[in-house]
Amino acid sequence: MNFDLRLPLGMIFTLFGLLLVGYGVMSDPAIYQKSLGINMNLTWGIVLLVFGAVMLTFALRARGKNGKS
Amino acid sequence: MPHSLTLSGIDYAILIIYFGFVLGIGWALKRYMKGGAEFFLSGRSIPAWVTGLAFISANLGAQEVIGMAASGAKYGIMTSHFYWVGAIPAMVFLAIFMMPFYYGSKARSVPEYLKLRFDEKTRGLNAISFAVMTVFSSGISLHALARLMEQLIGWNYNACIFVSAAIVLVYILLGGLTSAIYNEVLQFFMIVLGFAPLVFLALKDVGGWAALKEKLIPVATGQHFAPGTWTDSWSHMQTTAANPMGVEWFGMVFGLGFVMSFGYWCTDFLVVQRAMAANSMSAARRTPLIAAIPKMLFPALVILPGMIAIAMHYQSGGNFLPKGADGSPDYNMVMPTLLARYMPAGLLGLGFTALMASFMSGMAGNVTAFNTVSTYDIYQSYLAPNKTDAHYLTVGRVLTVLGIVISIGCAYLAAQFNNIMDMLQLVFGFVNAPLFATFLLGMFWKRATGHGAFWGLLGGTLGAAIFHGLALATGNTPGIKGGWIEAKFAFHSDMGQNFYMAVVAWTTCFVLTIVISLATARTKTDAELTGLVYSLTPKPETAHEPWYKQPVTVGILVMIVTIVLNILFW
Repeated sequence: MNFDLRLPLGMIFTLFGLLLVGYGVMSDPAIYQKSLGINMNLTWGIVLLVFGAVMLTFALRARGKNGKS
Repeated sequence: MPHSLTLSGIDYAILIIYFGFVLGIGWALKRYMKGGAEFFLSGRSIPAWVTGLAFISANLGAQEVIGMAASGAKYGIMTSHFYWVGAIPAMVFLAIFMMPFYYGSKARSVPEYLKLRFDEKTRGLNAISFAVMTVFSSGISLHALARLMEQLIGWNYNACIFVSAAIVLVYILLGGLTSAIYNEVLQFFMIVLGFAPLVFLALKDVGGWAALKEKLIPVATGQHFAPGTWTDSWSHMQTTAANPMGVEWFGMVFGLGFVMSFGYWCTDFLVVQRAMAANSMSAARRTPLIAAIPKMLFPALVILPGMIAIAMHYQSGGNFLPKGADGSPDYNMVMPTLLARYMPAGLLGLGFTALMASFMSGMAGNVTAFNTVSTYDIYQSYLAPNKTDAHYLTVGRVLTVLGIVISIGCAYLAAQFNNIMDMLQLVFGFVNAPLFATFLLGMFWKRATGHGAFWGLLGGTLGAAIFHGLALATGNTPGIKGGWIEAKFAFHSDMGQNFYMAVVAWTTCFVLTIVISLATARTKTDAELTGLVYSLTPKPETAHEPWYKQPVTVGILVMIVTIVLNILFW
């Protein structure tokens, strides 16, 4: 089957990462009292972004290889 | 009652994007669904890492996430036995010894393997009980989801039921088993990435592992157990009175580990179906092993939060978790309480979506197993054999709709009559308990016959029912909890009673199958059993593969790590 699951996985987590990072930058710092004063949206958003980017890189690489051969 | 969770715009955005992707994956797979093989079996075309993650995810329904966190609070780290004694050894056994027969026999389902190995009646018994069980489980999952959402956010119960059922229906109709498997992998990453920050924050708040150990001492002594009971997994298992589970090591190792866990992980089509969709024998055998690696670490994700919550609950003088009617903490609220306590808007959406996803994939897993078994093992075998593939594909789609409709019915039944559900789960327990004996004898003893297997299974089920009628746990009244014949055997807990019931059912089935097989003539020749029985099947050749693709090597490594984990938390 010619369907690479890494592509949608990469897309969704990149998207979630961007959303959380954006929200983390813009949101009122008061909401982070809950998360012990840490801006977890920003921190975890970056983690998701990295995960998503890695998945996307793998997916696009595999696609590039298939295209050539 | 005030609703304990408030979602903001960003949380809803995450939720909507997630379900958009879920439906999108179904849509993208639509063009590959050309026939029955693609719809029911994924055309045996899926890479091992995907089937492996789907393998654990299919089991990672809400019962697992909510239930294991509840057990972590109620019993402490002993809950890890479900993983480090139960699931992992069973998964390694499935990969090394059993997968070659499931995958190599070309059976399309677990009941079909029973047909090839034994006879029609053994398949029929397994197929029908399994089909009934899956739709009921899917209904219970649906009911639990809707009730929790109603309680937490104030969503409408009926709307929750119909919207969730509709989403599951659409993506299965579009993409069949492949769609369910791909969405399970997506759900796996959602759960891991959604709950990891929660565990991190809760652990940081409690002061780290050492401080948690310290704070769990009053939890144990307050309930009259030794100080380390909540943080030592094996040290308090000499007697049933020494630990909150009410189980000693024999019931644990033999009942939970050998009988129940091997029975579930090695014979339940819901999980085995994932491995059977793999793209090669090698990938099928690696599926449970790839699953075992994250599974080993799951206690940190699902049990640890429960332990943290109960420590906080005691520390705060009983104000952390909501209380049930009798004043004891409501253990099922561990995960929702922690979500509300630590997750700011944004992350909350991620964790909440992960929770919803686990309910829905639990339902989808049941529905895909149901449509395969009811189409191939019931409809094709008994009602309408020798039709075209296109015909069975249509029937499979109709049965998918039917399965979901029955699930909805069961959800409402569960909402109305709690007792009916308890009763059904009890009966399923009787039916499932002996199964592993039948498979073990079927795969490793060529002399086992169809009559032996069939009557052995029935006998084991009956044995379980009779034992249930004779056993009763402390604090229960005779009736649905046991002792309805005469309470002869006393147990410290429901769990202990269940483990021993499994042992009795397994042993009855094992002995009966051997005795009846020896008394009846073989109906299958050695040639017919090639590929189905260990001694008659050539061993899969793996020498040319690199070490990390060899099931035996990886299996041994997984077992070593599991033993180390047991010792670390002894």
